[in-house]
Amino acid sequence: MRPGAYGDPAAVQALAARIRRAAERLPRPVTFMEVCGTHTHAIAAAGLRRLLPANVRLISGPGCPVCVTPVGYVDTAEALARRPRTLVCTFGDLMRVPSSRASLERVQAETGAVRVVYSPRDAVLLARDDPGQTVVFLGIGFETTVPTVAAALAEAEAAGVGNFLVLSGHKVMPPPLRALAADPEVRLHGLLCPGHVSVIIGARAYRFLPAEFALGCAVVGFAPTDVLRGVLALVEQAVAGRPAVANLYGRVVSDDGNRTAWALVERFFEPAGAVWRGLGEIAGSGLALRPQWRARDASRLGVEVGDAVEPAGCRCGEVLKGVIDPPACPLFATACDPGTPVGACMVSSEGTCAAWYRHERLAVSPARGEGGGA
Amino acid sequence: MRKPARILLGHGGGGRLTHELVGDLFLPAFANPVLATLSDSALLPELPPGRPAFTTDAFVVDPPVFPGGDLGYLAVCGTVNDLAMAGARPLWLSLAMILEEGLEMALLETFVAGARRAAAEAGVAIVAGDTKVVPRGKGDRAYAVTSGVGVVPPGRELGDHLIRPGDAVLMSGSLGEHGAAIMAARHSLGGPALASDVAPLAGLVEALLGCGAAVRALHDPTRGGVATTCNEVARRSGLRMVLEESALPVSGGVASVCELLGLDPLYVACEGRLVAWVARDAAGQAVEALRGHPLGEGAARIGSVEEGDPHAAPLALRTAYGTLRPLDVLAGAELPRIC
Repeated sequence: MRPGAYGDPAAVQALAARIRRAAERLPRPVTFMEVCGTHTHAIAAAGLRRLLPANVRLISGPGCPVCVTPVGYVDTAEALARRPRTLVCTFGDLMRVPSSRASLERVQAETGAVRVVYSPRDAVLLARDDPGQTVVFLGIGFETTVPTVAAALAEAEAAGVGNFLVLSGHKVMPPPLRALAADPEVRLHGLLCPGHVSVIIGARAYRFLPAEFALGCAVVGFAPTDVLRGVLALVEQAVAGRPAVANLYGRVVSDDGNRTAWALVERFFEPAGAVWRGLGEIAGSGLALRPQWRARDASRLGVEVGDAVEPAGCRCGEVLKGVIDPPACPLFATACDPGTPVGACMVSSEGTCAAWYRHERLAVSPARGEGGGA
Repeated sequence: MRKPARILLGHGGGGRLTHELVGDLFLPAFANPVLATLSDSALLPELPPGRPAFTTDAFVVDPPVFPGGDLGYLAVCGTVNDLAMAGARPLWLSLAMILEEGLEMALLETFVAGARRAAAEAGVAIVAGDTKVVPRGKGDRAYAVTSGVGVVPPGRELGDHLIRPGDAVLMSGSLGEHGAAIMAARHSLGGPALASDVAPLAGLVEALLGCGAAVRALHDPTRGGVATTCNEVARRSGLRMVLEESALPVSGGVASVCELLGLDPLYVACEGRLVAWVARDAAGQAVEALRGHPLGEGAARIGSVEEGDPHAAPLALRTAYGTLRPLDVLAGAELPRIC
């Protein structure tokens, strides 16, 4: 398995060496956070933490859409799957997320009314083929994913498929970044900004972070050299004491983003308050269907949902804020593992706990003295 | 009356239609004297000397015809390979099929032709069989179950308990071709280059074991792929395995499909590959023996065995960057990532 051009081992080692040299001039240890599930996964899979010096720590923030989805959303999805003549369509990651009482995987075994799809468009086709059935797509994901859901809504409109609905749990990134930057519990020196999200919203969207919070930003892609170039830029900003937005993913990210895609999103969605697991309610951080599309809004179907029950002892919230690393949670690798996840961070391969469990846990052999994780 | 173009419930009823199916399709395809007697049990000749091996496997592949194979071919290969991995020479198989009412007869003919081809390639006889039909909507077209008997020749011993620290881990070809071809077919992805690796491996195993190299154990990395197989072996043997990322053979087609679907080729199934644990000194000789067989042309040394370490993951990958990362067992079905 050979890495591509952006994963060239010699280039990776050279960048790691440059980071180590630059970090010698850091006045104090620094903590950088990535806020994209694909970064979490990529960093863990390539073992990048073990290439960094001890005074540069990489942590994961709320970048996995599954992990930040509140329990109540999954409870509603389950209630919809129990509704007569209703088919719930979802991305696979949500299937095993524990709800208050079960999980979609278990409700599927019981009702047969949950279907994994790879694209929201598949759900439109299922709706078209069975007009007597209400097809609800579980819309979760950030700016990267929402345009595909908006495109599915546009397709359903154009084709007159009235029985395609969306349960919107969509979220946008800048408001939680502001909340994290302002949170005294979270001590950050830089952000690795999500590459895919940035394709849509543009690098300009992060300018408030250095301006208002003196927080460095690097917009980076997902290959090992991409991530390390971002870390290097953040170290150099920290050494110089000059935080800024460095767009290192210019091959796909512009300053303004993809306005066509966002216009499609704005046709169907409007900003709304949203609850983030671990972060709580953040104003303007969600996307709700506009009132004129109420017939396509599955949250208006009026299913009965009991009070949401958060799993006891689960510290997903602190993990999502980067306050603790997963092993600090008492449930990590004991009561909670990918086979029987307690918290959402353990479910998706992009979840911080799942990535740690898979790639960082037992990564080192103390007998051989290999370097530790972050 | 013309023969029905689709499977009817009557084909499983034991009456005229069943007899026609057996007499016109199965018997001629699998032609052998044991099956031809159509007795309640296959009466087999004396076993050759050695220890008998026996195994069974069920097949529910979707789609049932895929680039590189079909349900029938896969069902025979699967059981042949399970026998071969134990060091057994496969001899006799049974084939039971559960068909959904309405299945196109042409599809069943494809499965039977596939099973016949695999049996011929592997040198085994299909000596017993059964067919049941379930009502339309109660099954997904066709399922197959094969069982098989083989014999491990005297003096041959393979097993995870024989693996030692320092041994080499070999792979007979590229990773994940079967699983990737199935996923691509299911999602209408991929091009002509992507085909399942499904193949009967008995001949390849004989070539490897015949070369004189000290072979400790063999496994076919089916469900869960190479990472799962190596994890199981590491756990059973109490040893640690380290795979080298830069040595893993992965084709461009498999890499693309896996990237698109968020899968790791190390966890994607093969149906015509084997992983072999051999003594370090014999690794070169064993790789050459594998490469000398048409089914082992892509053989490579992919890792090595170390002393067990309770503080380290039983299976680790040395990445192209020299870092080690653990390769865990899958938590359930591999699920696609969303972005």
